[in-house]
Amino acid sequence: MSMTITEKILAKHAGRDRVAPGENIWIDVDILMTHDVCGPPTIDIFKREFGADAVVWDRDKVVIMPDHYIFTTNHHANRNVRVIREFAHEQDLPHFYDVGTPRYKGVCHVALAEEGFNRPGSVLIGTDSHTCTSGAFGLFSTGVGNTDAALIMGTGKIWVKVPETMKFIFEGTLPPYLMAKDLILAVIGDIGCDGATYRAMEFDGEAVYDLSMQERMTLTNMAIEAGGKNGIIAPDETTLAYVRARTDAAFETVFSDPDARYHSVYEYDVSTMEPVVAKPHRPDNKAKVSEVAGTRLDRAYVGSCTGGKLEDFEAAARILKGQEVVIDTYIVPATTEIGQALHTTEIDGVSLHDIFSNAGCKLGQASCAACLGGPPDTFGRTHDTEVVISTTNRNFPGRMGSKQASVYLASPLTVAASALSGVITDPREVLV
Amino acid sequence: MKEIIRGLAYVVGEAIDTDQIIPAEHLVYSLKKPDERKMYGRFAMSGVPAAGQGLPFGNRPFTEPDAYKSEYTIVIGGGNFGCGSSREHAPFALREAGAEAVVAESFARIFYRNAIDGGFVVPFESRVKLNERIRTGDDLELDTSLGKLTNHTTGEEFLLNPLGDVADILKAGNVFEYARQAGLMPAS
Repeated sequence: MSMTITEKILAKHAGRDRVAPGENIWIDVDILMTHDVCGPPTIDIFKREFGADAVVWDRDKVVIMPDHYIFTTNHHANRNVRVIREFAHEQDLPHFYDVGTPRYKGVCHVALAEEGFNRPGSVLIGTDSHTCTSGAFGLFSTGVGNTDAALIMGTGKIWVKVPETMKFIFEGTLPPYLMAKDLILAVIGDIGCDGATYRAMEFDGEAVYDLSMQERMTLTNMAIEAGGKNGIIAPDETTLAYVRARTDAAFETVFSDPDARYHSVYEYDVSTMEPVVAKPHRPDNKAKVSEVAGTRLDRAYVGSCTGGKLEDFEAAARILKGQEVVIDTYIVPATTEIGQALHTTEIDGVSLHDIFSNAGCKLGQASCAACLGGPPDTFGRTHDTEVVISTTNRNFPGRMGSKQASVYLASPLTVAASALSGVITDPREVLV
Repeated sequence: MKEIIRGLAYVVGEAIDTDQIIPAEHLVYSLKKPDERKMYGRFAMSGVPAAGQGLPFGNRPFTEPDAYKSEYTIVIGGGNFGCGSSREHAPFALREAGAEAVVAESFARIFYRNAIDGGFVVPFESRVKLNERIRTGDDLELDTSLGKLTNHTTGEEFLLNPLGDVADILKAGNVFEYARQAGLMPAS
């Protein structure tokens, strides 16, 4: 019987020829990722259940990337980084990316790709809802809580209910004023924040395969904002070129059968789509930028696993080059690799770093920063009734710190165009 | 899992995400150390904007400002309860405050899974929008084996969706006990 890519990967990791949606199965995990917020409680549960002297099931499959609360004086947050550091040393874990060392990376979902952990056909589980990002590489990835992660840490296994798959096909040529962020915000707006609950979201179509890996990651990253269990894009030459440049590890590509069964199929012609935002206070509160143009803003923010990749900054810099922002504009690279690339990537002979600096932006260090609020001294965090336009992923009340703040989610192009005017602005007005 | 859970209702609106259940700034506390874990009870549901706290009234915090425990036992939500981040701190915080069950029209899957696998709160799906039928402070009784919610304040009864397969994990206590019974982990 035919299967989708998600069903095939799950079947293989359950040691079975086939699985069907709705079945509860136990699968083997290839990579378990955790970070400074969920790592310490995961370790506590692991030791409670498996013993104080327990060792992880496979030290080469555990990845720990501190990224959430790094540049803060909060002593509990600092203590949590020490907890994962001590655990990594105790367990002799090779894939620990410690704060304050050259190994420090920043936002885990982007660093997992950079470090070659996103391998087609595999199963990657993380203690973070945006773990679905990794599915851009043709693998099954999803976020779990501390308890599930602790069970994996001890056994290498997790139970999953095989999801039905929704397919989203994007055809046509992407206009220069649109980015993957516009496409996924459109999908979430169309199906709602729970439109894909318990389901896989598979992205397909020529417009998807025309995208770079960074842009594909934006699509799969926000699958969770529609409630999806995983987002996934079958691998192609673009995928393989990225992966082979980052790892020597073996992997096996998997593809949906042509006659696989889908819960539903949605088709979009990207050539006719428009820049969109998610209005406060839900990611599915969609509006065309043209419908909210002129809305007064206090702040612009470019960063996070969703919108803090190098191409996100290149897009913003194209608009900000030679200009000055009129509202507080925060630039936070997702990873240290991207932070370094801001100095070496140029537009017309000027580095992205200098473009942002000359435009009057505030530049931060690689981490999750204000995407999820965090301790009061977090870079870019809201504290009052700020109205923010942001490349991040969520805008529920209080997400960026203050319950009174209002957050509009948008593409880096729309955020940059708006930073120049202080009101929500269609990027078509400033792109030449 | 207790067969009967009885206590006061705390009613909230639609799409209560995990940042509202426990704001991210509080995730720094240890879930193990007693002097820190009690903070999760203090700040449970503190991210819900004031107008939405304790419907239909509003401005009724789940946990009083200087308290660590809530007077409410059963949380009544709308659709997509627990959406957003994967933080297990969310169902943990509700439990730490003293809540034992959440009844909502639908749940986001990670919250639902965390509630069950950690054995924190029993998540039941309602067949009607109970957050429009029940008021904060109502005296509720949840029969977990029958899947029936009785509102002793109004005399109304509501049948809930069956727990299905996950009842086995809730009955075992958490996913570890379940895994031991299934032979996936050595017996403790």
